[in-house]
Formats: sequence, structure tokens, C-alpha cells
Amino acid sequence: MSAPDAGPSPPGDYEVVVVGSGPGGLQTSYCLARLGVRHAVVSADDGPGGMFRRFPLFERLISWTHSSADVPLHSREFEAHDQNSLVADEPHLRAFVPAQLAEGRRRPAREEMAAALAQFAERAQLPVRYGARWTATRRDEDGRLLLETDAGEYRCRAAVFAVGMTEPWVPRIPGLGLEHHYVNVERTSGRYRDRRVVIVGKRNSAFEVGEAVVRQGIRELTLVSPRPPDLGRLARSPLRPWYLTPYDEHVRGAPGRYVLNASVERVERVEDGYRVHTLDPTRPEPLVLEADDVVAATGFQAPLRDLPELGVATVLDGRLPALTPLFESVTAPGLFFAGNVTQAAQGLRKHGVASVSGMVCGFRYNARIVARHLAESLTGMTLERPAVEPARIVPYLLSELDRAPELAMQKGYLARVLSVSEHGVRDEGILPLEVFVDGEHDGVAATLEFDADEEIRPVLYVRRRGILREAVLPSHPLRRYEALAYREALDGLLRPLLET
Amino acid sequence: MPADGVVDRLAQLTLFADLRWPELEAVAHTFDEEVFGAGQRVLRQGISGGAFYVILEGEVAVVIDGNERSRLGRGDYFGEISALTGGVPVADIRAETLLRCLSLPGPQLEPFLLEHPTVMFRMLQAEARRLRDSNRWE
Repeated sequence: MSAPDAGPSPPGDYEVVVVGSGPGGLQTSYCLARLGVRHAVVSADDGPGGMFRRFPLFERLISWTHSSADVPLHSREFEAHDQNSLVADEPHLRAFVPAQLAEGRRRPAREEMAAALAQFAERAQLPVRYGARWTATRRDEDGRLLLETDAGEYRCRAAVFAVGMTEPWVPRIPGLGLEHHYVNVERTSGRYRDRRVVIVGKRNSAFEVGEAVVRQGIRELTLVSPRPPDLGRLARSPLRPWYLTPYDEHVRGAPGRYVLNASVERVERVEDGYRVHTLDPTRPEPLVLEADDVVAATGFQAPLRDLPELGVATVLDGRLPALTPLFESVTAPGLFFAGNVTQAAQGLRKHGVASVSGMVCGFRYNARIVARHLAESLTGMTLERPAVEPARIVPYLLSELDRAPELAMQKGYLARVLSVSEHGVRDEGILPLEVFVDGEHDGVAATLEFDADEEIRPVLYVRRRGILREAVLPSHPLRRYEALAYREALDGLLRPLLET
Repeated sequence: MPADGVVDRLAQLTLFADLRWPELEAVAHTFDEEVFGAGQRVLRQGISGGAFYVILEGEVAVVIDGNERSRLGRGDYFGEISALTGGVPVADIRAETLLRCLSLPGPQLEPFLLEHPTVMFRMLQAEARRLRDSNRWE
């Protein structure tokens, strides 16, 4: 009989327990370890990688990793060139994905992502206990959390769930079931040759599977869902250049390629296929689609298990937890989230623009924010907030707008924040913009945002004597913000604040 | 894409009372669902880029210059004035309870109303009532 406490993260008492060993869990564990927060990591899997052990099924990722850049490979600035690696303070733990990428590729395959994550977990010596499936959650009388796992029970003051959006979700449409879901699409080459395929859905997985079956030589492909493809947002959609062949052929009138905006009323099984009954509110008659195969590319949900019973409010039919800007449940204190579930924290959503927290390039920074917040709120530790000399403030903010990968990736969601008080000007770090905007302290937050015309603009939020002011600066064609015009604009905006 | 249950909830709101089922479903898929905790801000006075919101569940406070002016609840909506005029919100909207809303980015409100004239009429009625009430001599 082996000792029950052998290996990393044995059951017991911790400040924090992290659930999951995908990119979100690994990044959170790394950040907690850097700050010296005692934590355990439990994972149901038998190795690192999370969703990249399985997804995406057909295509490469839609996020970039450049092989050449104007900054060194292992620098912080390179993170903007590499959306897929986890982030670290030590250069030797940075940029694992570029090293995995096959020659000539600019987007990683699933296996390359998984290998880079495994390398990160090993080199950073993250204390992951594999084969420890989280099964139940409750609170004891002191308010501490108890997590039951296959490996035993863990007690903690806060838990971070990095469980991914990995459970297939199918809307309640009669005749459409889990067996039709994207995850169950057969990958045998030629399986869909000469077939008529209806895909329910018009988001990433729908276009991904559409592209994959088009390549197999299918006869007819129809994508159908009520919401039109997000064409207004296409300019910044990572889908556009890589998956949109079916849509491109549809708008150009290719026979047998259709993208429909209609609700699917029911899916009827007939002798050798399906009839998909759809309704387009702008048309008087229902439209019936004949198909040999039906695929539900209807998305995923977070496996929240019993968390709703602990009071976690959810959004989208229970598919995601409703989150504060610091990624805590809005209704159940101490329950935090990491990884792509953090897309539930929407931020200011100016002009309808959401965060990119559903992607590694977004949530890797969210994990750092959660870790810093937990370090201060649980352990009473005070993180350093370096003083910024008055003469350095404007050049510092401009260089952050120019080069900070957090701002470049998480546009409109993350900001560089400086506080101004009788103690001088302090660097509060990278924070969710919403935390500064809805806070009370005087200071300035610098961020990059898309405007209503999809232009990228530097935006400053300045609070002086409790009054908040927003200043949207002009865009720059090369996105360089250290030019004189920006310097003068910032000087003018910040002068009154610094005089108080 | 909001939940299936959202369509049922929409059907009960005055604003959408004239819509048929497939239209309600299209509305539910055009809007985004957002959930806020008590105390969270939904719209911010003076900050550009806001959206139009319809309350499905919960209550908000309308706060101008730090002073609470009124409360809104299920079926009420806000953000339409800045969305329609292109200005910035003149009030903070703060969730007072757990708040479940549907939202539509400001610039999308005009095309939405043009596509759904019955919703536009219901909104006009409500705005007329507000105007009447604010002009009433006390």
C-alpha cells in the first residue's frame, strides 16, 4: 500500500486549492508560487494540458505565434507576438510554444500546445496532483471550503476553478442531442465525402468543423443558427482568415454552401438521414433542410458540478459562473475562476467589445491578477507598489501603451494603473479597468480600446478629487504611442492630477 | 447566445409583448445575457461606448452625481437615451440585487428598432409616459 500523501499537493489544509491542470490552472499555480502562496493543484487528468489534450479536434489554433519579432524571444514584450505561451517572470520559463512550432507554421496544433504546457509545468515545478478528480464542494462552519477529490479532502480559504469550458452543451431542440455534438463528430478521413451536412451553430467550432468537412469533399454544407455571423466584428475576429471558407463560398453564391440565420425548431430522423426544421422570422414559411448528417456545434459549458448549490450564480443556462472583475463568483465569496471561464467577467464592454479571456493570451494575465488579489486578501501580504517619479509618469504610461502585452492582448479589459495620493504616485500594476473605473482612488488608468469604428485607440481614465474623466486619444497607424502628440496629450491630462 | 429560458422571460415583458415566438427567439439571440452582483456597476455616468439594457431579473439604482434618483426593475430598460442620441450616459446604473439583463451595444439599437417597429412603438409609449410624468405640475 502506497502512502496516501506521496507526491505533490497531498490532501490537507491550504490557503488556496487550484482545480485543473490546463493553461489556466498551470498559470494560476505558477503565479501563486511566485508570490509564495501555499496552495495545492488537483487535476482529474493524468497529465498537464487541459483542453489541449483534446481540442481543437480538426484544425490548428486560431491564435498566433510569430517566429520573428523586433524584440527578444524571452522578453516580456515578445508575449504580444506569441498568444499561446504561458507567461513567467523568469526568461527561461517564457515562450515555450515557439520552440514547439513546426517549421513554417504560425499557429500551433493541439499537440504542440500540449507539449509546451507540459514543459512549463515541469520546468516551473508546479505541484500538480494528477488523477485527483474534484467531486464535491462544501463549506465548513468556519467558512472554509472543503473540496472532495479522488485523492482525498482538501481544505482551503479560497478555491480557484480552472476547469475550462469543456463539457459539450446542446440547446433544448427536439431531436438534437449530445450524440450530434461537435465532440462526437467522426474524424475518419472521407467520412463526410459526398454527404449533405447541416451544422447547428455559427461560432468557432461550427466554422472549424465546417472547414474540416468541406475539405473532405462534401456535397452540401449548411450552417444554421438564429444569430447572424458577427460580421460587424469580423475585423477583429480571429476566425476570419482561417475558418471562414464556408461563409466565403456562401456569400459568393457557391451551390451547396449556405449560412442561414434561422432558429432550429426540431430535428426529425427520417429513413436515411434527417429533416431539420428551421424558422426565419423574416420569412413567412418554415424552411426544411434535408441532411445526411447533423452536427451540433452549439458550444460548451463549464463543469461547475455542485457549485450552484454553494450559491454560485450562473449565466447562459448555467454554462458559466457570473464573475466579478477579479474573477470571483458574484454571489459566493472565496470561489474564484481561472482559464477560459474568466470570459464570464466582461469588463466595461465598451462598444460591445468583450475581453479575450476565452483565449490563453487573455486569461494568462487574468491568472496573475487573481494570484495577486489572493496573496493580499488571504495572507495579509502587501505587494510592492513602486513609486513613480513625476518626470517618469508620462514616458512610462506611453511605453506601456506602446509595448505592454497585457494591454495589447486584453484591449479594454486590462489597464496599467497608477494611484496618486499624499504618498506620491504608485504603480498599482496591471488591473482590470473596471476595478479602477468603479473604484474611488485618485489616479490614472491607461488602456487600449477598440472604438465604435473598430480603430485601436489609447484611452486614459483620470480620477481627480473623486471625479472620473475619460480621454480617448487618436489612433496611430503603426500603433506607436511615444510620438510627441501623445506626450503632449498626456502632459495636459495629467498635469491637474499631479498638482493636487 | 442567451439561454433557452430567456425566450420565456422575454415573452412576459411589455417591451416585447407584440412579438411572435420566432421573433422572440431572434431577439434573445441578438442580445447578450449579462449577470451582475449587488453593488456592481452596469453603466457609468460620462463614460462612452455603453449599451442598451433590458432587466430580466433584479433591481438597479439610477445614480446621478452620487445621488440615487430612482430604481428600475424587471421589464424596465436603460441606456436607450445615450444609445439613441450618441451621447454618454447621464447616470450611473448600479445593481442593487443580483441582476440579470439582456444587452445590446449602443450602435446596434437603431437597426434593431427599425427591424422591430412594434418594440419601437412600445418604447416610444414608455418614453412618452416618462415625459408626461416629469412635466406633471405638483
